Amino acid sequence: MITFKLALRNLMGAGLRTWLNILVLSLSYVVIIFLHGLLDGWNQQAKTDMISWETGQGQLWQKNYDPFDPIRLQESYSPVPQELSSLVREGKLSPVLVTLATFYPEGRIQSILLKGIGTEQQVLELPTSALAGLSEEIPAIIGKRMAETNKVQAGDLITIRWRDSEGADLAAELRIMKIFSCNVPTVDAGQVWIPLDRLQSMMKVPGEATLLVSGQEELPDLTGGEWVYKDKKFLLADIDQVIKTKSVGTSVMYVVLLLLAMLAIFDTQVLSIFRRQKEIGTQIALGMTRWQVVGLFTVEGAMHAVLAALLAAVYGIPLLMFGAKVGIPMPQGTDTMGLAISDKIFPVYGAGLVLLTVIIVLITSTVVSFIPSRKIARMNPTEAIKGKIQ
Amino acid sequence: MESTQSVITIRNLVKSFPMGNREFVALNGINMQVAHGEFSGLVGPSGSGKTTLLNLVGTLDLPTEGEVLVLDQSVGHLSQKKAARLRSQEIGFIFQTFNLLPVYSAFENVEFPLLIQKMGAEKRKKAVVDALEWVGLTDKARSKPAQLSGGECQRVAIARAIVKKPEIILADEPTANLDAENSHHILKTMLSINREMGTTFLFATHDEKVIGYLGRIIKLVDGRIASDEKVQLN
Repeated sequence: MITFKLALRNLMGAGLRTWLNILVLSLSYVVIIFLHGLLDGWNQQAKTDMISWETGQGQLWQKNYDPFDPIRLQESYSPVPQELSSLVREGKLSPVLVTLATFYPEGRIQSILLKGIGTEQQVLELPTSALAGLSEEIPAIIGKRMAETNKVQAGDLITIRWRDSEGADLAAELRIMKIFSCNVPTVDAGQVWIPLDRLQSMMKVPGEATLLVSGQEELPDLTGGEWVYKDKKFLLADIDQVIKTKSVGTSVMYVVLLLLAMLAIFDTQVLSIFRRQKEIGTQIALGMTRWQVVGLFTVEGAMHAVLAALLAAVYGIPLLMFGAKVGIPMPQGTDTMGLAISDKIFPVYGAGLVLLTVIIVLITSTVVSFIPSRKIARMNPTEAIKGKIQ
Repeated sequence: MESTQSVITIRNLVKSFPMGNREFVALNGINMQVAHGEFSGLVGPSGSGKTTLLNLVGTLDLPTEGEVLVLDQSVGHLSQKKAARLRSQEIGFIFQTFNLLPVYSAFENVEFPLLIQKMGAEKRKKAVVDALEWVGLTDKARSKPAQLSGGECQRVAIARAIVKKPEIILADEPTANLDAENSHHILKTMLSINREMGTTFLFATHDEKVIGYLGRIIKLVDGRIASDEKVQLN
């Protein structure tokens, strides 16, 4: 207790030097927590968007369907099972038909995935209601990335070519009804969405679909049939992997920030021990053991972290809470760089993150304070009293 | 106040330091005793071994040969912890350059040895106020060393040495950084502490002003005792 009292007294007595260190360290706390929270928020948002725009709560895939094998798409549709038709009618299950097609915007050519989806579906956030209404032209919606890549605008008429289930090459024009903005590249880039019944008729596969997107996690057991259930864990495996990879990068940043903060403490300690040799000698002469002085200097260093945590709480909590409430605006155009990122990211701060950061900083600063303080134990007190550099 | 009871006993003391390839003998064959309540001094030119002897008595250093007994405890055989306890409870130090802790106020500097002793807050406060009263600095209790004159700093150092009521006070050139007036003031204060509290004082000095106050002068030359005489004080 006495050591803490003396350490606090020494720190307060050192005035500006102490406060500068504490300020730097508190900034590290806030920045570390902020960046972690931002990335957690980004990850959480990315997952939520994936669920809302693409995966739903689970999917049933036609047994031949493999999103990484476009050649087999032509064999990957089957009639929607009878036992699921009530779920489809209730809007809890949304059939999607997928085929390869070619898109000709202004005479250019691009391979696309042509996807048919119910105009009244409510499982995904796709603005499919925009697909209702037209009868002569094929209505279509595309994402912002797709539109920008192909320089297409809402209202444009674009020729497409596809092959039906019987192998006949066909072409038609489709009208871009809406360009939607979405953070999930896999429902945007290289994809054109049209009404399901139109695509079924174009493909000559009435009532058939490639996959069924579910709005609920529980689905009737169809094991052994034409359909294979893919749960959310499977569907989000890729993004989970990306998050995992990203968290390695985050940890590196975490360590770098921590090292910068620790460097400040280490420097202060080294300088302190160098400058305060006379003080150290005096403390020993007044009745402290060398290891008590080592302890005092270590606690002094570690106390920087405690005071910094308090200071960080004073200005950091309101600041971080505000950021979490209003969101952090992201620079425009990041999505064109291939990053699935929304206009604003809402950071997520868990108690675990805050607690872990405080504990890690506290332990590291104690260790970093102890390392140079060990020198005191080897000092000759008679020389230290005179302030002789050892 | 002086009694025949010995608080410091030194027998056949040798202290040497490595210096390049050879050993430098700072103290050679020292034998002496200091009785309780003595106001004595180690006198001699620079390099005669005064401070070395004071450091050995103060348990800050270890003898190369021989024995140094402080309050019947052999300095050479004390663990670091026991030596620290002896310093904390029985030995007060006064240094040439005051050695006050710069970020502490005068009050906090005087309080420091009592904090190490883990004395209770109320008792501690009273002891500090008493010590500051002894040296006439109650009005400067809140001042930091940088705000005090040299004489005031040394008075704070004296208060810090006496606050724990030690058996022995070791003063190494206590007036070297003070003018004549302040030197006399300090020495009178220390003499009155010696007389009223019975504290044993051992100085290391070559200052004539200090020598004039000593009740016993132990003259050191080249690490040996050249003379040891008692002086009748007025």
